[in-house]
Amino acid sequence: MSTYQKIAMTLYLAFAATSALADEFTEADVQRWQQQFMSVVSEGRELWTSPKLGTNGVACAQCHPNAANTHPETYPKFQKQLGKVVPLWQMINWCLKNPLEGQPLAADDPKMTALQAYVTYERRGVKLEPGKH
Amino acid sequence: MNVINNSRRNFIKTAGALAIGGTLPISLVELAFADSSQNFSFAYISDAHIQHIKDNRFVRNWDRGLIRAVAETNLLLPKPDFVMFGGDLAQLGSKAELDHGAQILSALHGDVRYVMGEHDYYLDLGEYWEKLFGPQYYSFDHKGVHFVVLNSIRTYDDWTFKRWPTAEQRMLEMAGLDNPNSSPFMVGEEQRLWLEKDLDKVDKNTPVVVFSHSPLQKIYKGWNFWTEDADQIQALLKPFKKVSVIYGHVHQIQYNQIGNISFNSVMATAWPWPYPQSYAQAEQYLPKLTVPMNRADPFFERDATGWQFINIANGNADLNFTLSDNTGRIVRYNDKQKRPEDTLYQDEQTRIIPQTHY
Repeated sequence: MSTYQKIAMTLYLAFAATSALADEFTEADVQRWQQQFMSVVSEGRELWTSPKLGTNGVACAQCHPNAANTHPETYPKFQKQLGKVVPLWQMINWCLKNPLEGQPLAADDPKMTALQAYVTYERRGVKLEPGKH
Repeated sequence: MNVINNSRRNFIKTAGALAIGGTLPISLVELAFADSSQNFSFAYISDAHIQHIKDNRFVRNWDRGLIRAVAETNLLLPKPDFVMFGGDLAQLGSKAELDHGAQILSALHGDVRYVMGEHDYYLDLGEYWEKLFGPQYYSFDHKGVHFVVLNSIRTYDDWTFKRWPTAEQRMLEMAGLDNPNSSPFMVGEEQRLWLEKDLDKVDKNTPVVVFSHSPLQKIYKGWNFWTEDADQIQALLKPFKKVSVIYGHVHQIQYNQIGNISFNSVMATAWPWPYPQSYAQAEQYLPKLTVPMNRADPFFERDATGWQFINIANGNADLNFTLSDNTGRIVRYNDKQKRPEDTLYQDEQTRIIPQTHY
């Protein structure tokens, strides 16, 4: 074996010995991931009910109790006044700018992730119907 | 001939009306009743949610809704006999909000009477509101109809008096419609005893109209589309031949008939609420009779908001909804079916796609 081959073999053995295979996650793993998700959902709920998200004290929940009438299962969809097909986060930004008189969030802003996690969680169990009006 | 003319309740088309929002409907109601002297109309404005930002700033959107309703109400011809305000004038019950709302409402022509909403109440339990608008519950008679106004948004004493460290927090907890820390609305024993006595004096053939903020029927507890002692109030109203309950709070069109009692909700001037059926995790009991309002289009700021004028026709209440950015609706008591019905959309075949809520 060349030196490279020896190194490669050593690394392979080392990984095989110390880490589980890809599909062997445990109940504890699942619980931990679920907790991670639910903590983001509850951050989203905080933001959804917060008068601080915009600039005028209006909160998302004022018009959308339990995030109802947001229909995350229908996005992306055509929004006639935006004149194009948009994903949910763009519609959330429309609300941030207009009724909340605030600033839009970046698509990957952790706050935007949390808002979408909350909205989607409240809609759990409803079948996907992208494009539906 | 005269009978027909006298009983018309029309808008007058004026330059003012055109300036406000384009063409207002010219003939919302054209009814001829056997005895038109028994008929009259009043206007109903509700759920303005005037919201203080700070200093002299208020949320513009909610201000505009109330200002528009007041301006349009002043255009009614013939003039309504009086105007009702159905509660939630303020968002968080502050003096600034109640004062600002009262100032906007002061532009109304004629008598205005008020109903207490939870957003007006839970900061100081209605103390400042009473200074501005009078008692929290009362009754009055008008042209042969007995009117009752209840404060239906009280709750358990333990929640009101013992749960929260500050009045501000109590107000905030009750202001969140979907807040699990909130508490079910109720009229309560004090007012039920008062109501029993008040109704004792009234002939059972006299039409009775009850104004409350919350529905005096149970629709969805999670958002307080609910009054805990609704059954007891309904029992007190049962001996009367014609009873109408008119309520705010729900920011949407609802109507129902339970025995002798017709229920009608009124629209908000501030913003619309989803029907409870669109919350996927909830059990709810929206009356089957109700043909929903159109799903709100958020791109039209005032869509799915509005106000209404109400004809009392032979003791029954007919609701005429003036919907900003949308076609008006009329929910009229059907004498044959003995229940309120939408004059256009009641039949399943006549409904339109935006009335589907999911």
